[in-house]
Amino acid sequence: MTRRFAALAALLLATPASAETIAIVDARLMTMTGAGEVERGTIVIRDGRIVALGADVAVPSDARVIDGRGGVVTPGFIQADSTLGAVEVSQVPASADRATHSAAISAGFDISLGLNPDSILLPVSRLAGITHAVTTPLYDDRRGRALQFAGQAAVIDLAQRPQMVTRPRAAMVLEMGEGGAERAGGARSSAIVQLRATLADVRHFAAHRAAYDRGEGRPQPLSRVDLEALVPVAQGRMPLIVRVDRASDIREVIALAREEKLRIILDGAEEGGRVADAISAAKVPVILDPLADLPRSFSELGATMENAARLHAAGVTIVIKTGSGVAHRARELRYGAGNAVAWGLPHDAAVAAITINPARVFGVADRIGTLEAGRAADLVLWNGDPLEPLSQPQALFVEGSEKPLTARPLELRDRYMPPLP
Amino acid sequence: MRHAALVLLAATALAGCAASRPPQPAPAPVADTAPTIDRDPYPSTYHAPAADRVALVGATVLTAAGDEIANGTVLMEGGKIAAVGASLAVPDGYRAVDARGKWVTPGVIDAHSHLGAWAQPESVDAHNDVNEMTDPNTAQVWVEHSVWPQDPGFDAAREAGVTAMMILPGSGNLFGGRSVTLKNVPSVTMQGMKFPGAPYGLKIACGENPKRVYGAKGRSPATRMGNVAGYRKAWIDAQDYARRWDKWETAGRTGEAPKRDLQLETLAGVLKGEILVQNHCYRADEMANMIDISREFGFKIRTFHHANEAYKIAPLLAKEDICVATWASWWGYKMEVYDAIEENAALVHAAGGCAIIHSDDPILIQRLNQEAAAALSAAWRAGIRISKADAIRWFTANPAKALGIADRVGTLEPGKNADVVLWSHDPFSIYARAEKVWIDGGIVLDRTDARYRRHSDFLLGQSGETK
Repeated sequence: MTRRFAALAALLLATPASAETIAIVDARLMTMTGAGEVERGTIVIRDGRIVALGADVAVPSDARVIDGRGGVVTPGFIQADSTLGAVEVSQVPASADRATHSAAISAGFDISLGLNPDSILLPVSRLAGITHAVTTPLYDDRRGRALQFAGQAAVIDLAQRPQMVTRPRAAMVLEMGEGGAERAGGARSSAIVQLRATLADVRHFAAHRAAYDRGEGRPQPLSRVDLEALVPVAQGRMPLIVRVDRASDIREVIALAREEKLRIILDGAEEGGRVADAISAAKVPVILDPLADLPRSFSELGATMENAARLHAAGVTIVIKTGSGVAHRARELRYGAGNAVAWGLPHDAAVAAITINPARVFGVADRIGTLEAGRAADLVLWNGDPLEPLSQPQALFVEGSEKPLTARPLELRDRYMPPLP
Repeated sequence: MRHAALVLLAATALAGCAASRPPQPAPAPVADTAPTIDRDPYPSTYHAPAADRVALVGATVLTAAGDEIANGTVLMEGGKIAAVGASLAVPDGYRAVDARGKWVTPGVIDAHSHLGAWAQPESVDAHNDVNEMTDPNTAQVWVEHSVWPQDPGFDAAREAGVTAMMILPGSGNLFGGRSVTLKNVPSVTMQGMKFPGAPYGLKIACGENPKRVYGAKGRSPATRMGNVAGYRKAWIDAQDYARRWDKWETAGRTGEAPKRDLQLETLAGVLKGEILVQNHCYRADEMANMIDISREFGFKIRTFHHANEAYKIAPLLAKEDICVATWASWWGYKMEVYDAIEENAALVHAAGGCAIIHSDDPILIQRLNQEAAAALSAAWRAGIRISKADAIRWFTANPAKALGIADRVGTLEPGKNADVVLWSHDPFSIYARAEKVWIDGGIVLDRTDARYRRHSDFLLGQSGETK
């Protein structure tokens, strides 16, 4: 069939070195910059870099032309709250490096170390237009809820190359609310008290490192690696992802961040729509799952499909994810964004929530998240609305490198699929 | 290896399943009376919602009987579909609903749900009643006795067009227990939701789950071969049990009757073809083993659930007339689902089989249409020609077949129960929302009317907002 031939042709033409000129023509361009959308535009990519884009861009004579008629070009999608690169099979512990239960390594757990660029999950995710992920530590609760912090998240690319870390140590992960309470002894109050005490310890440590290393000064309950990892958090340089859902917990966390001068990112925030104005006033971004509409706990009684739309309407920067620690089901990211649109979020805001917004929130907007001349091409050509399941990517670039639209599941399909009539 | 549970079972005496409901409730002396076995001891008390005569006019209609009808009209009367066609005249006495620009399909049916049995708030242990993991064979449990009709998940599913579903016990055991088929109507009792006349199912689980659960307890099954030995032992016992009861029945019900055994009664019900086998099984090789086991003991497997490797044996499953209830997007969470592909349903369909998109999840049950769209999109990507008129069957007509209720629901054909969804958009679009839903011709959801929202008592008076 033509689609399969097209995919095969794209595979044959894919050039890792990208030393060529490519023009995507006649497509709608969602730039996610001030330039907005270009209804029928052209993007010229030379040696992996966008050199021109817009409605009136000439196609160089030496360019390989990709016909984008009826299609849409978006920046590559960014899967937030993911474990891509850190897991192969969820229930095979030896293939998963998403979490630690070492008492000596909590905040110090740095997920950017030990990632696997050969993971078969990366090309699977690319088939859904995902070029980057925020790989984020999970808590290992198998031995009870023990550790205060899950560790540090990293921004990675899905190009399957050795240097896959776009930004290491992009944020620290802390669960508050019900989970935080359980980790701190069973009550929300103790989690808050513990966090304040931890921050005081970290600041003391930062001011007295030499004494600490001589074994002097006040005793520290945290390990040295944990203390060191928390210094940029306590100083407001590293954002702290706070997992929290209940409206009252969100208010508490915002107040605590203000007092302690922390940069926080709310994660989950299923009742965020109820306190949207407070979140907006504090200029705190929110990572949310638009599909989380059930009262799964007593902290999520106000969960609603309209959460994304309400927070956006209040002026909050939202980042859309689908589930926590998403890896195998990363393909569903664009469907989550589409559902948010079905429940009131403007379409361009939904695309922003999986491109430029996570790029900004995680400090990589200078590299990814937009279509801009001068940047390495990080983009996807779709044959229709990228949020629709019935649309598929036709071409994909990860930071300058065109990637074939193949993956192990497609090879399995082709092995077992009978010849087409 | 010693099979403690089943040794215990065999030692237990036996009983049967022959007679139907006692004709009269008159108490009789306990002794010297032939036992009668009530095969429907928790009968449905479902009453159809009040139905008026409704005409949906001008929609694109996917009948799930093969047609996509532009500018279609669907007439409902007396709780049944009265007529479906293009540009039908609306007879007098029908309330016309302007459905131009919208789509109409049969009610969504989920072949695999745990709603009610693992109810919201699901993080609360007290609400987890889905997996009786105390013995590898718990064929004696009936999941309907775990169903809490106040689960807010029922409301969310109804608002997504789900009109019927099969609730299954979990997959921790070789034999998990009986399933139950429910109509998704607000009700205080499980019996009020029970789909009248729907057959029971028996949940069987292959592979990793039972061997992991019982291997960790240091007992059988700890391996896949242990799983199979466990199934075979149970079916041998069930055959013996059925034989004792048949013997007693054919001997004129005289002499000492066998003692009833709930576990064997359910298994014997499968052997008699009265209870449908609903088999959690991922891998192609294990499905082939299960088919051989069914031949060895003389029963039929109705549906393989999850079945992510069905595409590797699609012609076999089509030939055996076994449905495949699966996902498009789920994979990789354990070894037995490592080879899952998005095209699974499409390849089963293309081989002439019965493909179903199921949920197994209180979130996904709210968007089976979108999961089917992802499966359809994968088919198109592969060059497999499947129309929306065919793919709609994956979450309507085909699950109705798997549940044994296809003579009543699953398609929009005259005489079928009027379980109908009016969608805002093409249901294969991410933007489609169920606007109105009818069950047996009675409206159970109208987006414009808050009375149809959030029936669950649990949500009453909570600080959360309606969505």
